[in-house]
Amino acid sequence: MSWFVKLLPAKIRTSSTQRRAIPDGVWSKCPECTAVLYLPELERNLSVCPKCLYHFRINARSRIEGFLDKGIQHEVAADLQPVDRLKFKDTKKYKDRLSHAQKATNENDALVVISGTLKSKPVVVAAFEYDFIGGSMGTVVGEKFVQGVETAIELKAPFICFSASGGARMQEALLSLFQMAKTSAALKKLASENLPYISILTDPTMGGVSASLAMLGDFNIAEPKALIGFAGPRVIEQTVRQILPEGFQRSEFLLEKGAIDMIIDRREMSATVARLLGKLGF
Amino acid sequence: MTQHFLEFERPIAELQAKIEELRMVGVGNDLSDEIQRLETKTRELTKKIFDSPKAWDTAQIARHSDRPHTLDYIQLIFDEFDEMHGDRHYADDKALIGGTARLDGKPVMVIGQEKGRKTKEKVMRNFGMPNPEGYRKALRLMELAEKFNLPLITFVDTPGAYPGIGAEERNQSEAIARNLFVMSQLRTPIISTVIGEGGSGGALAIAVADCVYMLQYSIYSVISPEGCASILWKSADKAPEAAEAMGLYASRIKQLGLIDEVLPEPLGGAHRDPQTMAALIKQTLIEKLAGLQSIPMPKLLELRYKRLMSYGR
Repeated sequence: MSWFVKLLPAKIRTSSTQRRAIPDGVWSKCPECTAVLYLPELERNLSVCPKCLYHFRINARSRIEGFLDKGIQHEVAADLQPVDRLKFKDTKKYKDRLSHAQKATNENDALVVISGTLKSKPVVVAAFEYDFIGGSMGTVVGEKFVQGVETAIELKAPFICFSASGGARMQEALLSLFQMAKTSAALKKLASENLPYISILTDPTMGGVSASLAMLGDFNIAEPKALIGFAGPRVIEQTVRQILPEGFQRSEFLLEKGAIDMIIDRREMSATVARLLGKLGF
Repeated sequence: MTQHFLEFERPIAELQAKIEELRMVGVGNDLSDEIQRLETKTRELTKKIFDSPKAWDTAQIARHSDRPHTLDYIQLIFDEFDEMHGDRHYADDKALIGGTARLDGKPVMVIGQEKGRKTKEKVMRNFGMPNPEGYRKALRLMELAEKFNLPLITFVDTPGAYPGIGAEERNQSEAIARNLFVMSQLRTPIISTVIGEGGSGGALAIAVADCVYMLQYSIYSVISPEGCASILWKSADKAPEAAEAMGLYASRIKQLGLIDEVLPEPLGGAHRDPQTMAALIKQTLIEKLAGLQSIPMPKLLELRYKRLMSYGR
């Protein structure tokens, strides 16, 4: 279980076996309505439960694949590898955590950036890989994000980011904190070129990722019932010594409080984003 | 003034106590040679202990209850400080203060987190943990600084942005993110100094700058050592290990190229001699500002952008 999942109170925690979009075998159980689902069918439905519309967490590549047009795609900064600059060690070495995560996810780090087309229009899309150390943002995530933004500027195309992250990566200490400033500065540059940035917040988007790139969209869109916030629910509970209200820090709560523009079903995401971009001239 | 000693300063405290004792007995007797000898010894011991304290000890100095805070430095460094209040939407956040002032006669905008000192004031200042309205007040003052070409001077001293229900409702994340976004291209020179605790995003939200200083015994980290320990070691008691692993002290951060300079503190820490500390900060700010103001604005913004992009490259 990743460190971030452990922060969540038990009632809102989903175990990793339930969470995985494509577990071994042919059948999966919806953690929300307990319906038994036929996997190939669930995948065809973009990992949304057909019975209760629960959005399973999905990996970065399937997400981008389900979002962009089929056809020519180019991966940005595919070869960037994480470096353990601090020789960080807690109960485990960071180096070992990295190689474990790389094996488990088949990714170099927690962000995948692809330039392709959406309804035949060029776009650059970034997506966080939550299974890679909780989708945490270290220097590779920051650098890939920036290169993605720069690619969008070169192509004069919109930039879209799907976030799913526990926040900054503690094992990279201050270097990871500074990625918040780095990614935000790149987005400022994108904005000064009058190019759109669409931030899509998925379950979960917390801490340093929420407090930088995820909240800076020209449109902030969330998937249903995603956990989104600055501080984790347990930290808040310990600080204020109150029981948190029902639905606190969920997409619907954020919409109510004015933090996001809309909540969109994953299966409608491509069409919605294309329609929004169309009206902005992209 | 009675001095408050930290755990790792105990040997110094013991010597100090001995000197006091001798002074009491010494009325009438001539013990000045012995006292002088012990005073020299205390100085040497203090020098030794403070030469390279452990990361966790540094965190204790950074959080020392006597350590000078933003308001202390404002008083010692600037003239004509006029504090501005409120974000114009919700409230005035007393954990984050700011206003116009003069530095060596020249007008500037000053912003910083303020922790407060006595219990009542600490509560009033929310222990230096700003809410979204604090960051939005800061943003308002930054934009005002840009409009009137006032250089922006910030002092960082916070355990972090406040993790509360109201803070989430008012979108703490967005408040921090917006400041990072705007500061990256704010058209005025920015100098940030970490004077005590640089706690995570709540610190960074006023510390995107052309030049970042850290006082010798200040700390700056992505998460508090206690927070890091409870997540990675599953026990907050491992905070000293976490502090060491994260390398949250100034010399290490300078070594990583993440700040410009470490400002040396008076013997025993800034709280032993706030005037000397403030004088050094003042001199440093005056000189650096003159340098930054001689750079044409487009070039300054380009350098700032390059600086931000260099993190982790």
